[in-house]
Amino acid sequence: MSEKTETTERLSVFKTYKLYVGGKFPRSESGRVYEVTDAKGKWLANAPLSSRKDARDAVVAARKAFGAWSGATAYNRGQILYRVAEMLEGRREQFVREVADAEGLSKSKAAAQVSATIDRWVWYAGWTDKIAQVVGGGNPVAGPFFNLSSPEPTGVVAVLAPQESSFLGLVSVVAPVIATGNTAVVVASEKAPLPALSLGEVLATSDLPGGVVNVLSGRTAEIAAPLAAHQDVNAIDLAGADEDLAKELEIAAADNLKRVLRPQPVDYSATPGIDRLTAFLETKTVWHPTGSLGASGSSY
Amino acid sequence: MPPSAPTAAHALTDVTASDSSLRRFLHGLPGVDAVGLEARAASLGTRSIKTTAKAYAIDLAISMVDLTTLEGADTPGKVRALGAKAVHPDPTDRTTPTTAAVCVYPDMVAVAKEAVAGSGVKVASVATAFPAGRVALDVKLADVRDAVAAGADEIDMVIDRGAFLAGRYMKVYDEIVAVKEACGSARLKVIFETGELSTYDNIRRASWLGMLAGADFIKTSTGKVAVNATPANTLLMLEAVRDFRAQTGIQIGVKPAGGIRTSKDAVKFLVLVNETAGEDWLDNHWFRFGASSLLNDLLMQRQKLATGRYSGPDYVTVD
Repeated sequence: MSEKTETTERLSVFKTYKLYVGGKFPRSESGRVYEVTDAKGKWLANAPLSSRKDARDAVVAARKAFGAWSGATAYNRGQILYRVAEMLEGRREQFVREVADAEGLSKSKAAAQVSATIDRWVWYAGWTDKIAQVVGGGNPVAGPFFNLSSPEPTGVVAVLAPQESSFLGLVSVVAPVIATGNTAVVVASEKAPLPALSLGEVLATSDLPGGVVNVLSGRTAEIAAPLAAHQDVNAIDLAGADEDLAKELEIAAADNLKRVLRPQPVDYSATPGIDRLTAFLETKTVWHPTGSLGASGSSY
Repeated sequence: MPPSAPTAAHALTDVTASDSSLRRFLHGLPGVDAVGLEARAASLGTRSIKTTAKAYAIDLAISMVDLTTLEGADTPGKVRALGAKAVHPDPTDRTTPTTAAVCVYPDMVAVAKEAVAGSGVKVASVATAFPAGRVALDVKLADVRDAVAAGADEIDMVIDRGAFLAGRYMKVYDEIVAVKEACGSARLKVIFETGELSTYDNIRRASWLGMLAGADFIKTSTGKVAVNATPANTLLMLEAVRDFRAQTGIQIGVKPAGGIRTSKDAVKFLVLVNETAGEDWLDNHWFRFGASSLLNDLLMQRQKLATGRYSGPDYVTVD
């Protein structure tokens, strides 16, 4: 202390980053952690090093949450996702700092990233009750039937978040998955997991039911292998896998005919379009008999 | 005392000579160290059972399941489906052992018997006005005879908790003796409903009372109340059967029921059995799990061990 005052220097409050599984914040079942550094190699925090059992627990949580989340009205899902954006806005400072550290950006560039991320979240929140009109609808058929197609969520989706874009990339792959009613097990960027783990804290305070999004940190290859082979995972987004890993995971995923979204070069700052929304949708088509047409020519 | 005393001409015969001697004996049992009991159960639950030991434990646990459906809404179709599942728990893998028994209400015994015919799977029936047991003895006995006549191999009776808690041990004893007699050759499981007995001391007393009266199995609970089988109360009952055999030479089975849903839990119970009663009880003649959803989890774990991939609820039956 430069001046002789009675004030003492404050002890720093280190944050213990934890996983986000089933609405709770557990440590890794294995008890392991690994060191997370900033872009220059300076230590930032210890993050949990998840094991395959954490992956299994996350899938159980995601499956449990699927019924209620997919059954919620699209409007309600939209409201909840918008609420997430509101909460993100309130934590701006923290995310700017974490993104700047993780990606080695200046404060203003990091702030721009965070703004883009929040906007991205709002953008997907708006899609929840509109996607059905775009990819579903009434089909003209030759017969006395109503024929309706409606998009249905695929189920539990394993999401390997992009390795480089720790926050904008993360949200760009997670938000479309849950917007349509899927539940997600997210494997955070291996070397920059902190924004993802903090996102868990935001989700926990946003009315998002526990288990809809589960965030795991650790070695992507280690966690992704059991997820890709897991019989109760319905789809996998390989955005964060390199070429060799992606091939391996796609082979494992073929076993129970998972939907696979292959890694592709993406500019996360560009407007995303609805490809990621439709990647994890299935189409249910209903034939509804209208009965014989009356004398007047129409029964409805 | 009823004319037919329990089969055991053992060292403890005098105990049941009169109401007061029975009371003196039951209240003379050493008190249970609740903290020690729970700590012991918890510490045994931390054993790590992996690979081949785990495969053995899972198969053993499957063979010990009393696959149970005790709902007002049970239909013959549901019981037949349950029977089919008991015989072939995993139709995709015929090396899966059968379960020990199916457990149903008395009116479904005939249906269940037909469903498991020729497979070696037993049919157990709850009786004596399960789960409350609040009817006259005649009605209870009629219930038992009915189930036995329909072909039940095992009878799960409930004790009169009201009489037990009121201290009328002889009434409880006489009832068990009478039910045992009505069972004929069927094995008798005596349910204490440990969740309603309030204290560990009471569970220990009930265990000894049941064993003295001629139970073939002592069973924790009906599965119909808030607190069912816990590691601690099952450990207590395992100690009781161990001590009973040491004193009388008679071996008695134990069946925890209700609330055991995961393979992990089941394996913990098997550790308790091995470490408390011993290997002699690691057989479905002497130890059972009263469960329904447990079987699916055991099958999923079995599939995981066989294939290396985590399985999911899509690959087992919905029941």
